[in-house]
Amino acid sequence: MTHRLKPSQYAILLTVMLTASVGDTLLSRGMAQIGPVDLHHLPLLFHALANPYIISGIVLLIGFFASYMTALSWADLTFVMPATAFGYVVVALLSRFWLHEHLSLYRWAGIVLIVCAVGFVAGGPSRTEHPDPAHPSSHPNLDLMDSGAGR
Amino acid sequence: MTATAPATATSLLQTHVFREWSAILTVAALAITGEVLIAAAMRRLGDLDHLRTGPGIRGYLGPVRAILSSPLFLTGALCMALNFFAMLYALSIVDLSLAAPATASLTYIGNAAAAKVFLRENVDRRRWLAVLFVAIGVVLLAK
Repeated sequence: MTHRLKPSQYAILLTVMLTASVGDTLLSRGMAQIGPVDLHHLPLLFHALANPYIISGIVLLIGFFASYMTALSWADLTFVMPATAFGYVVVALLSRFWLHEHLSLYRWAGIVLIVCAVGFVAGGPSRTEHPDPAHPSSHPNLDLMDSGAGR
Repeated sequence: MTATAPATATSLLQTHVFREWSAILTVAALAITGEVLIAAAMRRLGDLDHLRTGPGIRGYLGPVRAILSSPLFLTGALCMALNFFAMLYALSIVDLSLAAPATASLTYIGNAAAAKVFLRENVDRRRWLAVLFVAIGVVLLAK
């Protein structure tokens, strides 16, 4: 079984990549406007909830969590992980081409490494198949008896 | 200044470094536990599309109910919440420029090992290489 992903599943992975990084960026931008919060100024956090950057950041992070868990329902953790790391690349590229920040050689090297990592994993199967004791239909003994039949 | 001052300074520094790395390791360990538990819960539930109770937005009630009643998920979510507060604590004693890449790359490496051992995922050479590249890449991006 090769487990080709459906277009909708690629869309979920793309959502995982984009929402996490953009959400984090919005949160950090919003919190920079709010200023430092410590234990003695906790009410400031409620104030933060009125900041549009914070609100949109939280919405995106909720979207991230939903799409991340959807992805984990049909793909391996080690398959989805490089996708989440790709979010860092998105943030770095956003800061380079949108905010016109300078990217050091180290950062470009990091971007290349993470892009390679995504390439390695994307070429392989998305899901490890093994008999799941929770489902009687794929009981290990049954698997032994009818191995190869009906797949 | 007495002769013991440098020795005290060294041991103070060692204590501080020890505290920093304990905080970083705790954050990473909580993240790994949480992610593996959540991944195990989602693997057990299977493709969420099959749990949908109908068309439209109300159809998502089925998957949401299934996820929220999974003990594995709830324990994992608790670990992620603890991870959040542990990270807040860590950031109070460790610089962000060390804490963020260190916890991220330790979490990636630990996740791969835990996924192999506990989720019995087939972490082949290709995936190990990917994990290694991500771990180094995250550190480089923080430079």
